[in-house]
Amino acid sequence: MSAWEPVIGLEMHVELDTRTKMFCGCAVTKGDDPNSHTCPVCLAHPGALPVVNQRAIEYAARIALALHCTVQPRNIFHRKNYFYPDLPKAYQISQYDEPLATEGWFDYWVDGETLRCRINRVHMEEDAAKLIHAGGDAGRIAGSDYSMVDFNRGGTPLVEIVTEPDIPSPEAARELLQQLRNLVVELGVSECNMEEGQIRWDANVSVRPEGSTGLGTRTELKNMNSFRYLQQALDAEIPRQIEVLEAGGTIALETLHFDPGTGTTTPLRSKEEAHDYRYFPEPDLVPLVIDPVWVEGLRATQPELPAARVQRFTGQYGLSRADAVVLGSSASMAGFYEEVVAAGAAAKPAANWTMGEYLAHLNAAGLEAGHGHVTAERLAKLVKLVEGGTVSTSSGKEVFALMIEERAEPEAVVEKHGLGQISDAPELETAVARVIAGNPAQVEQYRGGKQQVLGFLVGQVMKATGGRANPQLVNELLRAALDG
Amino acid sequence: MIGEDDVRYVAKLARLRLEQDEIARMTSELGKILSHIDKMGELDTTGVPPTAHVLDVANVTRADKPSESLPRAEALRNAPAVSDDCFRVPKMG
Repeated sequence: MSAWEPVIGLEMHVELDTRTKMFCGCAVTKGDDPNSHTCPVCLAHPGALPVVNQRAIEYAARIALALHCTVQPRNIFHRKNYFYPDLPKAYQISQYDEPLATEGWFDYWVDGETLRCRINRVHMEEDAAKLIHAGGDAGRIAGSDYSMVDFNRGGTPLVEIVTEPDIPSPEAARELLQQLRNLVVELGVSECNMEEGQIRWDANVSVRPEGSTGLGTRTELKNMNSFRYLQQALDAEIPRQIEVLEAGGTIALETLHFDPGTGTTTPLRSKEEAHDYRYFPEPDLVPLVIDPVWVEGLRATQPELPAARVQRFTGQYGLSRADAVVLGSSASMAGFYEEVVAAGAAAKPAANWTMGEYLAHLNAAGLEAGHGHVTAERLAKLVKLVEGGTVSTSSGKEVFALMIEERAEPEAVVEKHGLGQISDAPELETAVARVIAGNPAQVEQYRGGKQQVLGFLVGQVMKATGGRANPQLVNELLRAALDG
Repeated sequence: MIGEDDVRYVAKLARLRLEQDEIARMTSELGKILSHIDKMGELDTTGVPPTAHVLDVANVTRADKPSESLPRAEALRNAPAVSDDCFRVPKMG
């Protein structure tokens, strides 16, 4: 049986954080009362005309530039026709064969390796309204099931990013989306809040004999909004396709739904729902002619993006590439790390503490960098205490945990809990003498020439002092006592 | 030439329910419209750029400044039914 390899392509939809909608002046808001931000345009009243939001073009172009796409000198809008209650016009204004931007690429990291995914296009469109499904509960008369439509979201500016089928694994797909999300957040054009559905994506997946270059028939996984589900869905769909093909079957071009409960993919009614969107140029909107000078102005004012920052971290702070990726690929983590360094901690130990204890704390508490219970200044103080020998490395970890528990400064924790490193010879000599007296056999071995036993004895002294003894001093004192 | 199956397909996409006599009439009427379009296709358009819009205008945009929305009661006035301040519609399958 030959081996198979998956080929994955993604489409990501991002709601832009503009103040107003794509084609009308209604405010874009979250959590307001239903249908409080609507007007004749976004409710599709007859005769109402759309006008393009200038800021939405800018934000979309910023995304396109960050993905190395060519912003097209001329682009137009199309109508994508379909009937659904969340779409009052019965068409979505989108872009089709003359989109805002085409042909770019995105470099992302998987296990420290850089992969490149080509970007097919970046285009603008409008979001649909929100449907709330209700009814059907006990006590209701038959046929009372209904849906409710809140048009506040209807018409929100959306950018769609379409990749080429360049992604080699479910894990890579998840990494790409996470890193692409970071990129968009850092551009300042969307918060990409996942819980509010500000980003959603579709995945196209097919399999082919390993090493071949053609593409197999793909299936589409629609409207996912969790990184984990995306990976799980692909992990389920790829073996399904391989199984079908190995049994001599063929893959149907269809849209699938992933059920996280059962971990399986099942087809949405494919034939009936065969989409024929009958795209045609939107007669209500005139073409956009993009001034190249304006594009260059945007390019010159792009913020520092993750790839550039990772590069800078390796140079400026002398970090390994792997460490620079952990610390530099998201703005929040990078910002925190740079604050720790700016507060006086040395770059390398600051990196170790940020990636070690601090990141573990964030993960355990489910918090984003900068929102943990240890500030950058406090972490910098702790790093300095450890580097200066006031606190041992192992006690430092305890201090860190107590800083969170007590929301306290490291010095206060060290003082209160007596966690300072013991570098006082008379104090340690007592402990050393006790360990020598308590381990006669090992002392005998050491004196008999087995030097490595010293490590065991140092460990005993460390244990007796709760990890606070200065290990180097213990070493010296033990040698002096045993050799003398 | 357009056939009855094409008309049924387009009607379905447009969510229109057509009776058999209507399908026959539409097939004939749409056929005439399409043959008129075919007639225009006989024109030599070499060197004429595709034109989707009759106005020679570009870049009609607006600043990202909020304007007043409709009062909710006003917005909901055209709703066939209202539930919890929302437009109430039949449940989609």
